[in-house]
Amino acid sequence: MRPGRAKKLWNWLAVYAFLYMVFLYAPVILLPLFAFNESTIIAFPLSGFTTEWFTVLVNNDALARSVENSLFVAVTTAVVSTLLGACAARAAARYRFPGQKGVIGFIMLPLVLPEIIVAVALLVVLMQLGFSLSLWTVIAGHILICMPYSIAILSSAFQGLDRNLEEASFDLGETNWGTFKRVIFPLVLPGVISSLLITFTISLDEFIIAFFLTGTDATLPVYIWSQLRFPSKLPSIMALGTILLVLSIILLILAEWFRQRSAKRQGVEAAAGGFI
Amino acid sequence: MSEKPIIELRDVAKSFGTVKALNGINANIREGEFFSLLGPSGCGKTTLLRMIAGFEDPSGGEIVIDGKSMRGIPANRRPTNMVFQSYAIFPHLSVAENVAYGLKRKKLPKTEVTDEVNKALSMVDLSGYGGRAAHELSGGQRQRVALARALVMRPKVVLLDEPLSALDKKLREQMQVELRQLQQSIGITFILVTHDQEEALIMSDRIAVMFEGDIAQIDSPEGLYRHPVSKRVASFIGVMNFLDARTTGQSDAGVSLDIPALGKVTVPASHVPDGLDANSVESVGVRPEMLTILFDERETAEAVAKGVVTSTSYYGDMTYYSVALNETKAPVTLSMRNTAGRSVLPAGSEVRVGWGAESIVLFE
Ligand SMILES: Nc1ncnc2c1ncn2[C@@H]1O[C@H](COP(=O)(O)OP(=O)(O)OP(=O)(O)O)[C@@H](O)[C@H]1O
Ligand SMILES: [Mg+2]
Repeated sequence: MRPGRAKKLWNWLAVYAFLYMVFLYAPVILLPLFAFNESTIIAFPLSGFTTEWFTVLVNNDALARSVENSLFVAVTTAVVSTLLGACAARAAARYRFPGQKGVIGFIMLPLVLPEIIVAVALLVVLMQLGFSLSLWTVIAGHILICMPYSIAILSSAFQGLDRNLEEASFDLGETNWGTFKRVIFPLVLPGVISSLLITFTISLDEFIIAFFLTGTDATLPVYIWSQLRFPSKLPSIMALGTILLVLSIILLILAEWFRQRSAKRQGVEAAAGGFI
Repeated sequence: MSEKPIIELRDVAKSFGTVKALNGINANIREGEFFSLLGPSGCGKTTLLRMIAGFEDPSGGEIVIDGKSMRGIPANRRPTNMVFQSYAIFPHLSVAENVAYGLKRKKLPKTEVTDEVNKALSMVDLSGYGGRAAHELSGGQRQRVALARALVMRPKVVLLDEPLSALDKKLREQMQVELRQLQQSIGITFILVTHDQEEALIMSDRIAVMFEGDIAQIDSPEGLYRHPVSKRVASFIGVMNFLDARTTGQSDAGVSLDIPALGKVTVPASHVPDGLDANSVESVGVRPEMLTILFDERETAEAVAKGVVTSTSYYGDMTYYSVALNETKAPVTLSMRNTAGRSVLPAGSEVRVGWGAESIVLFE
């Protein structure tokens, strides 16, 4: 290829990359832009700066309740799926049993299954079994979709754990529980924290399953959706979105930081197995 | 070193499913000795060591440590400590914390723990390294930390599974000497697993040679080298020439043999293994350094055989010659120390080779 042509190709690639970034992030930038815009109409030109929409949020009881619900669902989901994920990751890393690959494969399946299918299927089953819809049914659905993530994160933590370390601890007089406390747990802790943060974030902004499986208690995304019908509420939704955006970014950065620290401690290449 | 056994292995057997790893091992390991388990890959050395440590249960037989049966006693309550091949240094703890790890359960006062840790670190020549993180250590240093971590527990027996195999040749040779000196100065029993016969010879008081789940011979390094009980042991330890031989007579004086390559000889009774059936001797062994090329016409030896050099290998300090003796087909290997004013003989040279009856090893 002649140098001139190569240069031309690079230019096109740069344009492509630029457009990609614009489509990906421009809408996200619009969110804070309109959150601080004085007008109730979401349109250019911008009219003036205000923090009114944020004060509106603070005095909204329904919103407060939905935030409470969401936090409850997200925390419970994060704890339970991380706990279950730790057990599965440990079993996969340490033991060999018949049908292991199949079992792990099934657990990871929700990763590629459309959420709407999971949601509808769960709804049908729960109705058939006579369960009434509540935050608990949402939690069940969220655990299902969060498990693959927590297993993937924790697997790399447990797989990096040298079996001899446990034996060395045992050999030095420590009990099973002491070995868990003093060796295993500290070494997988960064992975556990990273899993908690990621599953928390996934559950917090999950909409479809929450929409199908919740009863009278709306989670935050469901509440936001319900408010979109009222044009006057739009700016405060933008404000809310801005807050969520900032929180999500902070959580994901924290999660990745913990994961890399865990990998470094165990001397593993930090680049492997990351989500971000 | 006393004769009192610190470890008794009685018919210790181990199977993994249908794989028989050990077929009933019997051995006594003496208090304070440096004992090596030597054998080719897969012969069951690690399995035996792990059973002594308590990581695996024997499928038969009994292990007795310091007079107490270890049946049902888990690793964390045995008076043994292990140095792992991978060293298994806790990566989230500093060097000092690694060494202090096992002391925590002993509930010692803090100052005493610090003292013990410092003592152990100076024992392995790592004074002042306590604050380092595990990943800031070289391979040799990690090995020392693992050793200090075991020694600080004051175990009755230290178990080492190929502790030097991850080090490069130079460092390995240095650590062999250091480890041996350390063991002698503190007087704790060491059991070393290795597949390196040279390492076992250099370091050990006694060596157990293992093949396929059985102990073939237990002896001192010199005993093993000079009086191997079988051709297999003989060829595993050092280099051994095997020569065809035929028994021509047996008396109180010894066993008379006709060895086509060397000549007729009577091996003195003191060099005939107990219980050897002289009539079943089909071959004998002789070490390369027990054969000497007589460079000077006037030099003599107990016995002399004529031969032709077929090839040579020059090692700097030594030269290994292949020599066809007495017109036999298979050449023997013999080694000569190189001295000033003596050059390596070219292939085809006719030589006189001196040897002696006492260097002949008999095999059934
Ligand atoms: N956990 C296990 N499950 C099944 N078979 C095993 C297990 N551990 C060891 N074996 C088998 O037992 C035999 C002895 O193994 P072992 O590890 O003791 O050998 P080794 O002498 O230490 O060899 P190397 O020098 O290669 O370390 C081998 O045939 C091995 O395949
Ligand atoms: Mg081994």
